[in-house]
Order: sequence, then C-alpha cells, then structure tokens
Amino acid sequence: MIWRRLTARLTRDLPCRQFVELVTDYLEGAMPARERARFEHHLSRCDGCDHYLAQIRRTVDVTGRLTVADIDALGSVARERLLGAFREFHTQGA
Amino acid sequence: MPAVTSAGADDVDDRSLVDRLRRGDEAAFAWLLDRYTGSLHRLARSYVATASVADEAVQETWLAVVTGIDRFEGRSSLKTWLHRILINIARTKGVREHRSVPFASLGSELGGDDPAVDPDRFRGLGDRHAGQWATPPVPWDEAPEARLLSRETLAAVQHAIDDLPPNQRTVITLRDLEGWPSEDVCNVLAITETNQRVLLHRARSKVRGALETHFEDTTA
Repeated sequence: MIWRRLTARLTRDLPCRQFVELVTDYLEGAMPARERARFEHHLSRCDGCDHYLAQIRRTVDVTGRLTVADIDALGSVARERLLGAFREFHTQGA
Repeated sequence: MPAVTSAGADDVDDRSLVDRLRRGDEAAFAWLLDRYTGSLHRLARSYVATASVADEAVQETWLAVVTGIDRFEGRSSLKTWLHRILINIARTKGVREHRSVPFASLGSELGGDDPAVDPDRFRGLGDRHAGQWATPPVPWDEAPEARLLSRETLAAVQHAIDDLPPNQRTVITLRDLEGWPSEDVCNVLAITETNQRVLLHRARSKVRGALETHFEDTTA
C-alpha cells in the first residue's frame, strides 16, 4: 500500500516547466527527500531537463570567473590615504 | 597579517583581529583592506550607478570602520558588520542618485510570476504533453573551454547581471561571484533563506537565458 503510493508519486511525472523552477532548491539541497526523488527521477528520463541543469551549473561556474575583473578596486592612493587615516586616528587616541 | 594564511582566510579569528585593530595595528587594517575591498566594491555596485560612487561608498565604509571599531560588539561576524555598513552607505547614495532602493522593494522581486524559462518553450495546455519542452535546451559544448570563458561570454554574463533587479543582482553577486555561503548572504542582507533562494533562482535563471542567447548568436 505504502509502496504503491510511493511509486505512484514517483512515476507521476514532473512537467519540465515545473522542473526548471525547482533547480535552485535542488542545487541548494533545500528539497525534501520525496520531492528530490521525483526530481531525480524526471532528470534521469528527460534529456532537455538534463541539459538545462547542466547549463545552470555552467552558468554558476562562469559567473564565478567574473571575480577577477575589478579586484584592484581601491587605487594605491586611496589605500595609502586610508592607512594614513587609521594611523592618525590611533595616534590621536593614544 | 593575522596568524592565518591563505587557506582558512575566512576563519580568521574575529576577536584577535578586532583586538589588533583597536590597538592600532596597521598591518591588521591593511590585511582587512586588501581582503574585503573587492567584495565591498562589487556589493556597492549593486546599489549605485557608477564605479566612482561605489568607490566613495567603499572609502566611507573603511573610514567608518577606522572610527567605529570600538563599537563593534561581536554579535555578528566582522565580515557581516563590515558589509552591513557598506550597504547602509551605498543605499543612501543610491537613493540620492535615484537608483533603485534595494530591499525596500523586496516584495516586488519575490512576488508575481517570473518564470525561469519563457513559457513558450513548453507545450501548451491543450497538448497531451502539456508542460514538456517544446524547444528543449541544447547542450552547450563542453569542449571549447576557451569559448565558454572568452571575454565576450564573460561580458554577456556581466551585462545580464547588471540588468537584474537590484535584489537579485546583489544576491547573485554575493553567492556566485564572491562565493559566499547562503548563511552569510542572509545575515548581511537580513533576509530569510527562502527569500534568498527565490532571488538566487530568478537571477541564475535569467543569466542562463542570457548565456543561451549569447551562444546561439555566436554560433549562428
């Protein structure tokens, strides 16, 4: 009885349109076990959704590469000035 | 520099760092500057329109840290405290220059219908396979790593992020650019895990869509 209900829930397929809305919950590990089983079940049978999930993973990966862009946001002049302000604050305070 | 090297930089003991800052240890302050200026700047950019205003916000934040470290109570991490100061300053500047008012309008970004994928990509209600892909995504070539990370691709991602509503932009910046854990993001922005996830979801979905378009255009 329980088994039948479980398999029924598993095989009641997830529409792809719903799958794409659950991807973040899945990747964040924020999905209850039953829902995750249904998600993975669909994933194993649907190429489109498999590609979709791979694309989201790549998106996260590529976004992570942007970091290098403006790493030197603070010019050396500003850096020196801030260090000077720190020094000054503490000589006064002492 | 605090007695911690590269690997566990995130775990630098706040208390000893704060003690050193309070004692006027310049090396500790320099370490903090170099460690967080980049992320403060990127966070500021999600509130203000230009890099120079973001610079101002970052510098004002550091000055507030210089004069305010005695008031740090250790109830949050130093990192959270620091980024909260930045947000307050940047938000005020953003309002002044009539840019968005992040997190005041959180509701508008969380509510409503904001599908991850254009509904036209799926089979319609009348179809026996309603809700299934009509135009499924095609795999992105795994092989040419160079293309995936080309300057054009990175620029497309940057554009897509710039175009996001402010809260989504902030969350994806902290999570996926900075690589912060969700807990830190929730703390700094004072939002729930669930709301953070919704914002991240919408942001990632849109950036994926932009990348898909970018790849279609460049292969066409």
